[in-house]
Formats: sequence, structure tokens, C-alpha cells
Amino acid sequence: MHKLWASAHKELLLLSRDWGGIAILFIMPLVLIITITLIQDSTFKTISDEKMPILLVNNDEGSVSESIYSELENAGNFQLITLDSESEAREKITNGEYQLAIVIPEGLSDALQKKVNQNVDNLLAKFELLETDSLPQASIQSKEIHLYFDPATQQTFKSSVRNGIDKMISKIETTSIYKAFQEQVADDENEVIFETQSFITFKEIIPQHGQDELIPNSVQHNVPAWTLFAIFFIIVPLSINLVKEKSQGTFVRLRTNPVNYATVLGGKTIVYLSVCIIQFILMLLTGVFLFPKMGLPALDVSGRLLNLFIVAGFSGLAAIGLGLLLGTIAKTQEQSAPFGATFVVILAALGGVWVPVFVMPKFMQTLSNISPMNWGLNAFYDVFLRHGGIGDILPEISLLFGFFIVTTLVAIVYNEKKNAV
Amino acid sequence: MIQIQQLSKKYKGSDDFSVHNLDLNIQEKEIFGLLGPNGAGKTTLISLLSSLIKPTSGNFTINGLSFKKNKNQLKQIIGIVPQEYALYPSLTAYENLQYFGSMYGLKGKELKDKIMAGLEKLGLEKFSHKKIITFSGGMKRRINLLASILHNPKVLFLDEPTVGVDVQSKNVIIEYLKELNQLGTTIIYTSHHLNEAEAFCTRVAIIDHGTIITKGKPEELIRTHENAHNLEDVFLQITGKALRDHA
Repeated sequence: MHKLWASAHKELLLLSRDWGGIAILFIMPLVLIITITLIQDSTFKTISDEKMPILLVNNDEGSVSESIYSELENAGNFQLITLDSESEAREKITNGEYQLAIVIPEGLSDALQKKVNQNVDNLLAKFELLETDSLPQASIQSKEIHLYFDPATQQTFKSSVRNGIDKMISKIETTSIYKAFQEQVADDENEVIFETQSFITFKEIIPQHGQDELIPNSVQHNVPAWTLFAIFFIIVPLSINLVKEKSQGTFVRLRTNPVNYATVLGGKTIVYLSVCIIQFILMLLTGVFLFPKMGLPALDVSGRLLNLFIVAGFSGLAAIGLGLLLGTIAKTQEQSAPFGATFVVILAALGGVWVPVFVMPKFMQTLSNISPMNWGLNAFYDVFLRHGGIGDILPEISLLFGFFIVTTLVAIVYNEKKNAV
Repeated sequence: MIQIQQLSKKYKGSDDFSVHNLDLNIQEKEIFGLLGPNGAGKTTLISLLSSLIKPTSGNFTINGLSFKKNKNQLKQIIGIVPQEYALYPSLTAYENLQYFGSMYGLKGKELKDKIMAGLEKLGLEKFSHKKIITFSGGMKRRINLLASILHNPKVLFLDEPTVGVDVQSKNVIIEYLKELNQLGTTIIYTSHHLNEAEAFCTRVAIIDHGTIITKGKPEELIRTHENAHNLEDVFLQITGKALRDHA
């Protein structure tokens, strides 16, 4: 035990002599979490101060285009810039000056009205409310609204805009149909036959354990995800620390000393786990106290602190196990540092930090199950967003602990084999 | 004290033995010099005896302890001064010594007293709280030595302990090693400084191609080799004048 504490003391001294390293360990994760949350918060907000400029070419000049224009304006997210020609809009999008252009075709309102009237008349004729001879027979050409997207625009944004416009058009069509029926059926044009308000509405319910109600926001989502990302970055300095021991000859001396490799790694684990916990505390403090001052929602940790620290601790252990293994196998810092950093990004992607796991392809979802970052993220979400207790996070923290044990054991065995020359 | 029987070492991928069927007995309190050209097998032999590497065949015991059965006990009674500085550059001399002393189970006042006594002996007490990175080559060599002897080893292996140091540092190191030897420590040492070895060692062995070519007291070896006036003459007669560069 004395040797373990002596090893931990030495690691602490080594770390305390590297102020640049400490700054990177503690300040960079905070910069990361603040930056990401600021960016994502504005993306998540339904009403944003920042309006996206979009181009509108209105070749219709009828009631439908008026409705589209007013719907877009009322949405509040867009700054509408009207252009006269489709070619001009196309050029501006191609040049990347704007992300989106909407081109409303000529005669859209007329065509829609004629089509709706035709359908309504056909229907009324079926009920013998209208004579068949009076029905117009000409076919009406369907109309296309052209949407131009900047090639750099992300697929998710394109989908959401397309869905929004589709919904808007459907609403306009429905309103036109109701209006046509109203004109045909009602004796008094002021008489209201059809209620045009939506009959089916949505209510968002977030099921949670316990009575407390918590509305998830960008902070509740981002802090756990990016905290975990930062915790796993401990792999890089830890593996460099191990490689340095080899290059400066101190490992050779330790191998001649009556101390086993597990004790040496144990000392490193104690210190680097403390670093992870301090990182976590700093990020919680940022979420709770700094975010509200920056106009972001405050991080709610009430009643969850103990479980949050348990998850952070076991996530830290999993990251440390990986760092010990990498540092044991790597021969140079040029091997350990880039590999460690890239591997953390891969683990984060697999774990659902960038993109939710449920939207990944089936194969990647399966792979995600073996990412320790996925276990950690699920455990954090259990505590942060689902009010989960220790029983709920037990499977994830068991996996994280198992991962630490396995990676550390592999590092010890590898070291034994490598030195058995 | 040290019995070596038919000890051999062949590294993976190598065609030749670095140490080949080597037999040697070293008595207690000897200062034994392992001399030889580059690549002769000196460092490999010290690495074998300090359990850093495993022999391909053969056996050895130190103070009756076998490397196969008593590895940890063996590590407790030996000290190794590696050729490279095996120290943490950003830690002070005291912190380095405190850590490596702790690895031998030393602690508290006992450890502190041993560190301070050693630093005083080697003329470094003023620099105990200076970082190693600020030390000269000679100062690092002395700390490198001290880190290996805090636990009072019965046997001390030194791999070129005076390479690249100034005359004053070399003198302090050699005098200190003599003092340790008088207190009962058996010393096995490698060096390319043959004059130093001639004056310092009670017995030497000249090794080449992994085997001992000759061994004995320095003055005996000089006497028994024709036209030899010193150990360097003996060395060149035995190992030849051809360069031994290898990579």
C-alpha cells in the first residue's frame, strides 16, 4: 500500500509540474462544453433571435403564394428576400450566398383553385347534388414549387425545411377544399359549416421516474455528452505519461525495483481519476452557475449529485483503463497521442455523442453497444433526464468497471510478455 | 556470492548469442570489472543478473537466491545503476530519491536520513530541492547512483557509471563506491575506462562475443601478458584492434 501511495504522490508531483498540461486538462473541456452548448442551444430554440435569410421568387402573385409568404413570415425564423427571377435565385444559391431559395410557379393559385373545385364538383355530383353535365372535363396540370439548396446544406436541415413547406402546402390545400365546399353547399356565405381548426393536436409528455418535472433542454443533453467526451480525453495525457516513462528510462529502473506493474499503474489510476472528477466538478459548476449568466438554461442537478458522481467516476475508470493499455502498447508519443485522440472521437461517434444511436444504421447501433462512451452516456441520461436511481445505472456502471478491469489486465499481461525477452 | 553456470542469452531474431555458456563466480565484497569492446555482451550480462531479461539457458544465483524462484527477494538485495539517467527530469533530486527509495519499502525518517546522508556524501545536499532537468551530467550520474543504493544492496551492478562525467564527479563516484565496498557491498561494474578499472577493480574479466576470454586480478593479467604495461595493453592483445561498430 505504501508503494501505491508513493506512486500516486509521484504522479501528482509530475502533473503539478506541468502547468500547460493542467490548463489543457481543465480549461479545454470547459471551452468545449461552453462552445458546443452555445451552438446547439441556438439550434434547438424554436424562436431564435437569429433569422435565416431565404430567397423567394413569387411567379404566382395569387392567394396561395400570399399564404406561403405570410406563413414563412409568421414562422419567425426566416428573413424573406424577394427576387424576380428563378435564374437569379439559382445563381445566388450556387455561389453559396444563401442556403435556400423557394420558387413559386406561375398560376399556382389558379391551378390549385381549379383542381379543388373540380374535385369538389365531382364529389357533389356523386351525391347527386350537382348535375354531371355541368362538370368541367379538362385535366389540370400539377404544379411544382422549386426548392434550391446550397450543396453545403446538411441533410437534416434540408429534410426539416422540406417537411415544413410540405405541411404548409397541405394546410393551404385543405383550407381551399373547405372553402370550395362552403361555397357550393352553404346558402349563406357567412354561415360556418366547417371548423377549419386542427382537430388532432399534440401534447409532449416526457415520462420520468419520480414526481419532479424536468423539461430537457440543450444543456441537459449537452453537459453529459460532452463531459463524457472530455473525460475520455484523459487517454491522451495518460498514454503520453506512460510512453515518457519508457523513453526517459525510469521504467527500466522500476523493473529492477521490487514493485509490480499493477502498483505503478495503480498510482497513475488514482491521480488521473482525481483529474476526471475535478473536470466533472468544473463542468457541473459551469452548467449550474455560468450557463444562466450566458443566457443559457441552467443545468439541473438537484437530487442527482451522488449518482452523477458515480457515473463520472466509473466513466473515468473506463477511460483510464484504455489510456493505460494504449500507453503500455505504444512505443512513442507520436503513436499514442494521435491514436488516442482519434480513437476518442470514434468512440464518441459510436457512443451517440454526435448523432443519437437510434438514427444510426442497424450495424452501427450494434457496434455502439460495445462503446464504453455509449454506456456512460446512457447512464448519464438515466440520471440527468430520466431521474434514474442507482438500480437503473447499475448495468452501465458494471460494464464501465468491467472495461477498466479488462483493459488494465491486458496492459499488465502485455507488459509481462513484452519484457519476457 | 554470485554463481553463474552455463548462462546463455540469444535475443529473438538474432543469429548469435550475446552471452554464451558463461561460467563465473564472484566472491562477496569483490569489485569485479566486466570489460570488453562494444557488443561484447557486458550490458546483456548485467541485464540478466538484474532480472531485466530472461536467459535462454543456464542459471545463476545471488547470495543463494535463484532468479527463477526468488525474483522479488533477489530484487530486494541488488541495486542497478543503469547506463542511461533513469530519473524524472521535472522532479527534484529529493523527490526522485524519495520515490525510488519508497519502491524498496523505505519510508519516513529512515528514508529521509538515507537520502540526506547520500546527498551529502556525493556533494549534492545544496541541490536536493532543485529539479533534475537543471543538473549537469556529473550531478545526474551521482543521483542516478544514489537512487540505486538507498536500500543498502548486497550487490551493486553499475553499467558504465562514469561515462560522460567530469574528472571531479568521477572521483567522487569512485571514492563513494570504494566506501560502499568496504561496508560490505559487492560491486560488479562495466566500463570502457580501462585505467579506471585497473585502479578500482579487485578482479576483472575480459568478455568478447559473449564469452569470458580471460579473468583475474588486473596486476596478474598485466604480468602474464607479454609486452603489456597496463590493462589497456592486455585488452588490445586479447580483443584486437579492429573496430567493433555495430547497429
